[in-house]
Amino acid sequence: MSNSERPNQLFRNLNAKIASIPMILTALVVFVGGTAWTVLYSFTNSKLLPRLNFVGLDQYHRLWSTSRWLVSIENLLIYGVISLVFSLVIGFLLAALLDQKIRFEDTFRTIFLYPFALSFIVTGLVWQWLLNPDFGVQRVVRDLGWTSFSFDPLYNSSIVIYGISIAALWQGTGLIMCLMLAGLRGIDEDIWKAARVDGIPAWKTYLFIIIPMMRPVFITTLVIIAAGIVKVYDLVVAQTSGGPGIASEVPAKYVYDYMFFAQNLGQGFAASTMMLLSVVIVIVPWAYLEFGGKKRG
Amino acid sequence: MADTASRSPGAEALRRGATGPSGPKPRHMLSRRNIFLYGTLIVVALYYLLPLYVMIVTSLKGMPEIRLGNIFSPPMEITFEPWVKAWATACTGLNCDGLSRGFWNSVRITVPSVLLSIAIASVNGYALANWRFKGADTFFIILIVGAFIPYQVMIYPIVIILREIGIYGSLTGLVIVHSIFGMPILTLLFRNYFTSMPEELFRAARVDGAGFWGIYLRIMLPMSLPIFVVAIILQVTGIWNDFLFGVVYTRPDTYPMTVQLNNIVNSVQGVKEYNVNMAATILTGLVPLIVYFVSGKLFVRGIAAGAVKG
Repeated sequence: MSNSERPNQLFRNLNAKIASIPMILTALVVFVGGTAWTVLYSFTNSKLLPRLNFVGLDQYHRLWSTSRWLVSIENLLIYGVISLVFSLVIGFLLAALLDQKIRFEDTFRTIFLYPFALSFIVTGLVWQWLLNPDFGVQRVVRDLGWTSFSFDPLYNSSIVIYGISIAALWQGTGLIMCLMLAGLRGIDEDIWKAARVDGIPAWKTYLFIIIPMMRPVFITTLVIIAAGIVKVYDLVVAQTSGGPGIASEVPAKYVYDYMFFAQNLGQGFAASTMMLLSVVIVIVPWAYLEFGGKKRG
Repeated sequence: MADTASRSPGAEALRRGATGPSGPKPRHMLSRRNIFLYGTLIVVALYYLLPLYVMIVTSLKGMPEIRLGNIFSPPMEITFEPWVKAWATACTGLNCDGLSRGFWNSVRITVPSVLLSIAIASVNGYALANWRFKGADTFFIILIVGAFIPYQVMIYPIVIILREIGIYGSLTGLVIVHSIFGMPILTLLFRNYFTSMPEELFRAARVDGAGFWGIYLRIMLPMSLPIFVVAIILQVTGIWNDFLFGVVYTRPDTYPMTVQLNNIVNSVQGVKEYNVNMAATILTGLVPLIVYFVSGKLFVRGIAAGAVKG
């Protein structure tokens, strides 16, 4: 806009171009080039070293017939649904509670958000300890006299992914709460006054007026949660290392293990391309909704 | 707004009459609404604090007490031995010099990564905001879209690039990787901030003959310290907490603290020393926790901006 009245673009902007070299290199070489490279090599039979020996969709056929990958996908879906539903619901409820003009709001917010400052490794290890059946919650409840009580999600392959989800929710809900709180604060106070004058109960006001008004906040939050779900890796590594057996494997771990341990690069590339595909499926509709109509710089 | 309204007694009475207990700021602390509200918040707060509490008490107990007692009970005999052991003598593989090695590695990774990534991104955001050139926005959009690509897709090509340059496995390589992946969100942060600054300021400096770097160093930089603080908070916590890049791009002797912590706690050899593990876990979480508690509201601003990073 304001650039138009500046003299001589090319020479004047040389410094800006120099300053943008890291961005240009990152965008072109790493993001575009790296992604294209990985997708291309996912069609080869690269083992220990990347080789351009094309085998068509073989890696993908193998991927989708590997039980470990199928378990990973199933886990990701369960983990994803739990994360989405519970972090949205809990995050919104906490934000709504904090929005009641309460005292000590800052204290409560600080407490709900502090786990987000911790890494997934720390989170995973704490919850590994809390959920340890010999010393943790199960033992404590049994010591209270309920001797048949059983709660060992990390050692029970059918529920291990829920144990991981508990830790993930503890770590991440505070962030969602903060985003929701910002959304609630953005609602005009007059809306509340009007609703009160009309005698609409608070819960109805939230459900039918406030939440629909917060649509953009919800969509942004949804994208943030979804992007985080696909990337889940360190939490699983710390909490269960994928175990018991392969019961808590996730796609990101599959990629890493095949690239750096199993020396089967082709599988790793194919799996990471599938991860990319799942992100594209989430992001493209959102980007279309968000930026499709209006053009912004 | 609401405060001024509730101070006028007429409006207050009116509102209370209209809505009963759900009106703002009721006079009685012990109304049913308040008991429910604060009761819920306190229970949830306790749940959130519980893991931190358990970490701390476990790290202060001796192993015999841990085997006998319950994880929630406070230590009968406080011992700092687990902390000393976690810091100085805990073993990962063949190395038995504790987490201190990982701590210093993390410091040597985090400090240059934070400085480099912020230096690059702030100048970049400034160029995008004030010195737009043809095509700049295209690269910027690629950069932002790239932030959503799972890291796993780009890990291996970067390994090859770093290997070609000859810095694969070194701390320099990891610093570059952190700068690359911090770039989208930081550039966005700085670009938006610089765009919101008054245009007249920039034009006046131009009229006075200041150039690209002159305006950046003498006007933009001093006026945007808050956003630099936000960026520093974002990067320090993000880079300190990183695990994936650390494990991919460093060697065992240069592992950052998170990777070393995981190796100590999840090592299959030897007797599990839960108190040492928890001390090590707290030590690793300490830096971001301190940043969090010291920075307060700025942290919230940083994560709201950086949440996209995931």
